[in-house]
Amino acid sequence: MESSLPSFAETLAVQGLGELRAEKITTLQVNVGKLCNQACKHCHVDAGPHRTEIMTRETIEQALAVVRRFHVPVVDITGGAPELNPHFDRLVTGAREAGAHVIVRHNLTVQLTPGKENLPAFFRANDVEIIASLPYFLAEQTDAQRGRGVFEQSIEALRRLNALGYGQEGSGLLLHLVTNPVGAFLPPNQASIERDFKREMEARYGVEFNHLYTITNMPIHRFLDYLHRSGNYERYMEKLVHSFNPATVPGLMCRTLISVGWDGRLYDCDFNQMLELPLTDGMPQTIADLDLDRLAYRRIATGRHCFGCTAGAGSSCGGAVTK
Amino acid sequence: MAYYEEKDLDRFGEVGKYRPDLFAKFMDWYQAVQEDGALSRREKALIGLAVAHALQCPYCIDAYAQACLEAGSNPEQMTEAIHMASAIRGGAALIHGVQAHNAVEKITM
Repeated sequence: MESSLPSFAETLAVQGLGELRAEKITTLQVNVGKLCNQACKHCHVDAGPHRTEIMTRETIEQALAVVRRFHVPVVDITGGAPELNPHFDRLVTGAREAGAHVIVRHNLTVQLTPGKENLPAFFRANDVEIIASLPYFLAEQTDAQRGRGVFEQSIEALRRLNALGYGQEGSGLLLHLVTNPVGAFLPPNQASIERDFKREMEARYGVEFNHLYTITNMPIHRFLDYLHRSGNYERYMEKLVHSFNPATVPGLMCRTLISVGWDGRLYDCDFNQMLELPLTDGMPQTIADLDLDRLAYRRIATGRHCFGCTAGAGSSCGGAVTK
Repeated sequence: MAYYEEKDLDRFGEVGKYRPDLFAKFMDWYQAVQEDGALSRREKALIGLAVAHALQCPYCIDAYAQACLEAGSNPEQMTEAIHMASAIRGGAALIHGVQAHNAVEKITM
């Protein structure tokens, strides 16, 4: 079946879109490691409590040197649970000192692990924008994807953030939620499901947030294993390919960011990073050699997983690509 | 071979082999009624799921179960829609009890 589907590059060509190329880079996305206190069924990182890959202080300093040298506007920190990296605080404060806006991809429950109780205050002190994972506004679906008890802990963590002003109108402290489908189907319309989430989260739990982002599950690593085990692989891939939306291509996140792995290697996006698909055309391969001006307008390495970002309304770290 | 093959849902377009003009008209209409309007796509998908159960169409049940999830509904909401269809269907059978009673009254002393 796999070979009967077109490649991503072929699909771009048929649509008259040419090669996928980057624009000016505005975001440095730093994956500080695969260690996580959760082990979600859809995780494209295969992150979990037993992973040992962690970004060193030296690599974090190299990333900060890049932020200072090139005046990178946005530093987007991800993992694993990035807060479990012992140098996480240094990365956040260093990026803020360099004038960058800092986004943290936060799994919520890490706040409740021993020694992390101060995280909400730390986020607020550094004006961190939080993008928090919550697949659904009910425990059954959330726990099915993220593990038993995760929903209840997530609500507690959200209440702590709300109490400090996060997600509250006029506070300026941004708290967004992100939802991935709990299974082998595409996410709902972002604006529509955001209305449902806002209504239900407020009514059921008294929790507020700014925006909800929908993200498509990527057919790689742990979610790919699920697709094979459940007999959904063929249908899901056909769905992604047949739902290709050319209007998503101009807004793909890989066009404006560069992704740094825990070991300092560079990639076009976090998904290419997990597939170890390197930058093409002789581009610098590590953070130590990074030259953002050279990487702008580069050709982006693609694969069939890229259909995950172009299906339907599209998918990115900032949610749907088209509204 | 079973009468209903899951894969046949993907072959729906083959129905347009003869009289493609009629099939195209149907598809235009079918697509248009799914769009957000006075009712949301999510509400329309739930109606689709309910009707699929009333008609007991396995293709439609597969298609609209997925459509409901992709529109943001959860299994509890979908089950309520199925109960609505089933209750109307059951009520539609039961109301004919009056017809039966009428018939009985007509021919009995």
